[in-house]
Amino acid sequence: MPSSISDTQLAAALEQLAGACARLALPDPLLVGIETGGVWLARWLHARLGVSAPLASLDAGFYRDDLRLGGLKGQVRPSSLPTSVDGRHILLIDDVLHTGRTVQAALRELFDFGRPACVRLAVLVDRGGRELPIRADAVGLTLDVPAGQRLRLSGPDPLHLALEAA
Amino acid sequence: MSDLSGLAQRLGAVQYDAQGRLRHLLTLEGLRRDTLEELFTLADSLVEVGARSVKNVPLLRGKTVVLLFFEASTRTRTTFEIAAKRLSADVVTLDVPASSTSKGESLLDTIANLQAMQTDAFVMRHADSGAAHLVASHVAPQVAVINAGDGCHAHPTQALLDLYTIRQRRGNVAGMKVAIVGDVLHSRVARSQLAGLRLLGVTDIRLVGPATLVPQRLAQLGARVCHDPREGLADVDVVMMLRLQRERMAGGFVPSDREYFELYGLTEQALKVARPDALVLHPGPINRGVEIASAVADGGRSLILPQVTNGIAIRMAVLAQTAGRGADTDV
Amino acid sequence: MSDHARLTLRGGRVLDPASGTDALLDVHIEGGRIIGLGAAPDSARAQVIDVSGRWVLPGLVDLSGQVGSPDALSRGELLAAAAGGITQLAAAPRVDAGLDSPAVIGRLRDGARALGLLRLAPIGALTAGLAGEQLAELGLLRRAGCRLVGQGGQPIGARVLRRAFEYARGHDLTVVVDAEDAQLAAGGCMHEGAVSAQLGLTGIPVAAEVAALSLTLALATTCDTRVHLHGVSSAAGVAMLRAAKSAGLPVTADTPIWNLHHTDLDIGAYDPAFHLRPPLREAGDRAALREALADGTLDAVCSDHRPFDGEAKRQPFARCAAGVAGFEALLPLLLALVHEHELPLPRALAAVTSGPAAVLGDGGRLTVGALADVCVVDPDRTWTVDASTWRSGAQCTPVWGRTLRGRVLLTLLGGQVVYRLQEPADGR
Repeated sequence: MPSSISDTQLAAALEQLAGACARLALPDPLLVGIETGGVWLARWLHARLGVSAPLASLDAGFYRDDLRLGGLKGQVRPSSLPTSVDGRHILLIDDVLHTGRTVQAALRELFDFGRPACVRLAVLVDRGGRELPIRADAVGLTLDVPAGQRLRLSGPDPLHLALEAA
Repeated sequence: MSDLSGLAQRLGAVQYDAQGRLRHLLTLEGLRRDTLEELFTLADSLVEVGARSVKNVPLLRGKTVVLLFFEASTRTRTTFEIAAKRLSADVVTLDVPASSTSKGESLLDTIANLQAMQTDAFVMRHADSGAAHLVASHVAPQVAVINAGDGCHAHPTQALLDLYTIRQRRGNVAGMKVAIVGDVLHSRVARSQLAGLRLLGVTDIRLVGPATLVPQRLAQLGARVCHDPREGLADVDVVMMLRLQRERMAGGFVPSDREYFELYGLTEQALKVARPDALVLHPGPINRGVEIASAVADGGRSLILPQVTNGIAIRMAVLAQTAGRGADTDV
Repeated sequence: MSDHARLTLRGGRVLDPASGTDALLDVHIEGGRIIGLGAAPDSARAQVIDVSGRWVLPGLVDLSGQVGSPDALSRGELLAAAAGGITQLAAAPRVDAGLDSPAVIGRLRDGARALGLLRLAPIGALTAGLAGEQLAELGLLRRAGCRLVGQGGQPIGARVLRRAFEYARGHDLTVVVDAEDAQLAAGGCMHEGAVSAQLGLTGIPVAAEVAALSLTLALATTCDTRVHLHGVSSAAGVAMLRAAKSAGLPVTADTPIWNLHHTDLDIGAYDPAFHLRPPLREAGDRAALREALADGTLDAVCSDHRPFDGEAKRQPFARCAAGVAGFEALLPLLLALVHEHELPLPRALAAVTSGPAAVLGDGGRLTVGALADVCVVDPDRTWTVDASTWRSGAQCTPVWGRTLRGRVLLTLLGGQVVYRLQEPADGR
């Protein structure tokens, strides 16, 4: 298992992801990045895909399912979404898809802003280990990450993907 | 002074749980600097919630917050109610007029009964200094107590929103010159402001007012006592106004509204000695023509309206940190 | 044990400030009085209690402590006093207690006598109903057995106070005056200073004590009345007291044990165990009180025992009743000052024996012929204050949970054992 993903591999994964997103052919998509890695990734995709609607972001920290256990952990950034997402085709973007709980929290927040026409999920890395029935619609790279380790995307520019102890 | 800082530490220490997390907010005395910063950062994120169409987040979903107001207050109570509801908490409001407690249940009995109904947090305002600390020392381990004002002692959320508002406009407040003007002797807001300002590195603080309302011994709280506003307001960056209550005339503290306004009212003229860009704050409700002139209250320096908006975000942050603390891992 | 049997306390160190005695002496008691110190007066058979290694003191005299009302004396609190080694107690008159009536005074003394746990020296009311307007029947109160009269802290105007002083003088009464001007103290629940400013509580300025002392001393001068100042708490008050004594005024004074140990900072996060009256003041005041005790300016230390129950002390600070339980802490805390070298032992003991006895006019001595009011003390025994060791029903006290050094083992009233420390390890 390499200790990081090389820049070449990362570039290939990004291109793979961009292609998969393009093939989704969402009409007037609203790109929503999940803080923080997802936001950097979304910024890159926004530029790469030439999306016209302004980039949005959300944190989902207030919607986590483990708040009762440990309270708020760390900083929760303000979300930046249009007043209403009614009827929008949303591309939800995160850096790593693992248990699926972050995406679930993000969906909870997203639906407080209205009723989208559809929500598609784009992730840079799918590392398996799902605990909820959530799947990505566009993936850059599938990777088996051993337990006790995690992937971390650093950015915003340049983007770099590293493997570290969890 | 060091004796008093030891006292402040004792007053503040009871607010933290065994893991060092904020469990109660009773006072800004003895609060850790990083706790303050965390609350401000959290408020930054929560401000945005108020701008959405669905104005809530599920942070306190399933929790019950009881607003226990022994002193009448529409404004503070309402903002706490809104704040708790925006965090998806179940809110129960109890307006307890002072007379019924004197012949009925004691404070601690009231608390015990409410706790039996699965309360997760109390937001309490009481006429007696020390009431919040008393309640905090008697609640169950999972229950948070937030002080919405206890007698003349503390009103931490008001001071927090004041400091937050200044910071929003001016950034870092350390090194600023600040004047607190009015009835400091009886003001819980002023005491909390003093503690908060000192925590944020403000050392030049002036307490301005007549000697009956700003006696010399208040200087030991870490400020300079000024009976002449020209001296007290000289070169200040911020003026924090306090309300003058009607009772002070009856109690022989000041002769009349007119004399007070003449000598201590914040007017454009009085502000001439301050910095040209000095900010003006007031906890409200304002007594126009008594402690502050309308022109100043409604003018460009006034932060009175942002104070109100920020009040909700700050109180959401406080509730989220304390009531949303999560289970104690080693209870 | 019947009155006529002989009792001997053998092998103890007798400490009697009144006579200056400090020696290993046996104490022989018969008929309720001390009939011999040292060698037995004759070879009559005696019950012997071995008190070797212990101190034998006069029963302590406490000038201020509450044990209930005349018709409802608390046996439990009287026992707590006995557990504290106290055999003579003065209690300030309270508004509800009717101590302006000689009949009530009589009932109080009878009630205390019937319980047989200590001698109660009632302080009669100075004015009718303590209302500060009409003089109480001071002459009749004197005949009913009051040596002291006072207002119990209730307000009284200067003019009436003057008349009361004059009238009391004519009846050989000592007037007890609280060292606090009611108007200046109004609304206050602690010392007025930096701590009250921080805590947002209304304070009682030192000026309240100075004003009361000024008025009292001026009147004592004019009327030549014996005055006892209760609850001196400040350096300024001590200075006035010292000057008054130098000038030869017939004035005595006491301070509560708490003011010798604590300051306003101990209130901390609104601890009701430190809501006291007179209030705890600053370090400088505490130091001045200790000096005053050491040089005799202060005549007595009292417990100011006020056994408030749970509810009265479970309120927000200002609403709590002022005062705490203290009978059992009086002696150990006084001895603590001796251990800390703040006070010579003879002065400390005098402050709870000969000093207050002089104010009451009687008692507080261990001499041949005196009433056999005695307490036996182990000055080094440590004990922790908790529900198993504290006899008073009131648990709100600054010493709760603290380990004290010095404990009363035995208390005799008129030669009868009224208190004996029960301990599993007690070999006696």
